[in-house]
Amino acid sequence: MGANSAAFAQSLQTWIGAGPLWLWALVSAAAVIFLLALPFGGLATYAERKISADFQDRIGPNRVGPWGLFQIFADLVKMLAKEDFIPKGADRFLFNLAPALVVIGACGAFAVLPLGRQLIGADVNIGILYLFAITTVIAPGLLLGSWGSQNKWSLLGGMRAAAQIVSYEIPVALSILPVVLISGTLQVGLIVDQQGWSWASSAAGTPHFWNLFHNPFCFLSAFLLFVGGLAETNRIPFDLPEAESELVSGFNTEFSGIRFGLYALGEFCDVFVMSAMVTALYLGGWQIPFITLEQFLFPIPSGLIALIQFTVFLLKTLFLVFVVMWLRWTLPRLRVDQLMGLCWKGLVPLALFCVFGTAVWMWVFGGRSIAQLIAGFGG
Amino acid sequence: METGFITIFWYLVVAGLTVPLMLLVGALLRPRQRNVGRSGAAYECGEDPVGSPWVKFNIRFYLVAIVFIIFDVEIAALFPVATLYKKAVESGSAGLVFAEIFAFVGLLLLGLMYCWVRGDLDWVKGIAQARPVK
Repeated sequence: MGANSAAFAQSLQTWIGAGPLWLWALVSAAAVIFLLALPFGGLATYAERKISADFQDRIGPNRVGPWGLFQIFADLVKMLAKEDFIPKGADRFLFNLAPALVVIGACGAFAVLPLGRQLIGADVNIGILYLFAITTVIAPGLLLGSWGSQNKWSLLGGMRAAAQIVSYEIPVALSILPVVLISGTLQVGLIVDQQGWSWASSAAGTPHFWNLFHNPFCFLSAFLLFVGGLAETNRIPFDLPEAESELVSGFNTEFSGIRFGLYALGEFCDVFVMSAMVTALYLGGWQIPFITLEQFLFPIPSGLIALIQFTVFLLKTLFLVFVVMWLRWTLPRLRVDQLMGLCWKGLVPLALFCVFGTAVWMWVFGGRSIAQLIAGFGG
Repeated sequence: METGFITIFWYLVVAGLTVPLMLLVGALLRPRQRNVGRSGAAYECGEDPVGSPWVKFNIRFYLVAIVFIIFDVEIAALFPVATLYKKAVESGSAGLVFAEIFAFVGLLLLGLMYCWVRGDLDWVKGIAQARPVK
């Protein structure tokens, strides 16, 4: 475990040669945040507008650069150059602190995302718990920002955000439990490792297929995790905190310029983290079905393996991000009471049922997945 | 093991520094005009705001928060047990661990049903349902 706990930093050290490990840890952190998290946030704003346009049979941004692709730079310059406005009577300290909390919560979670076997920032043995803890920092970010901005609509939005994020934390945590039951670890890298596939899989403790297909209860709880994640990230149909038709713009009404940009960036990074979580826990992370890259027909250099794994992980995650944007134009927004009802009376009992079901399945079938059972009958 | 947490520390530091950095870049880039022709009051909904938003109002949040804390603590306690479950299945003592999980989750479920029957999970409480304070 010790050898793998800072995989990305160690890979960098091996590939380049010299330098202390803590320095490479810093480099890896800066690389992931500045080359993945923040650019993703920028590109996602463009993608969201373009995808929205496609769904509504519009053209979308198409003026700046090819296909309007440079729109994000235009937006960035516009936000940076806009007046830095803090309303009179606002709580300046909280107003400044709030976007920082959102960005820390969203970007900090990237540390344990399994971007590839050699590219995990920190594969610590409390990975999943850390993921929970750090994404929860976003809730006080929204609440404090709304309280500090001297605006009644914002405050209502912030209260909704707090209640919603806190409530949906429960089904999300419960729908991760089946994966923990199956894999017996909280280390995200190991969980992905166990979802690999190998044709020579007759030995005990064989790798089985994606956790999504481990048993029927897992299949259900993957969807629960996704729905809960939608609510955690305040996406439509759960975007009550910013419900623009009732609360002007909710918790971020008073935020303009780059502060609003940071809020938006944090929210999009949070969507990425949520999708990456579903990908890593249920959709096999960087694993390609039926292929083990390390034991391929011909040896692949480790740098290329890292690149392929990263691409596969990114493709799966971006597909889920696309589904999130797709849902935005498919479902209407819920009412507050429906939202809380869905969580406590719908998702929580279902998630508990899935935990029970998986535990019973593990007990009855000795921890074997459906694929392993079928393979067992065949042989 | 420590390097993992050092990496996490760096992630938090870099993420935390991003925000002041962006604000600084913005401050250097933008023209120096402040509050030209405006009162500087909160936008709210376009009109001048009336009164302070910092008032007491019924946020229907207290019970949800209590239920959340109880659930979250139980789940936090459930994670270590769940981690051991696979080993227990392999060594054949799954029954014991399952009984533990069952007791834990069963208690959770009972508590949830209690809250449900009491109507604590309803966000909007009608006038007919309201209980007078004694």
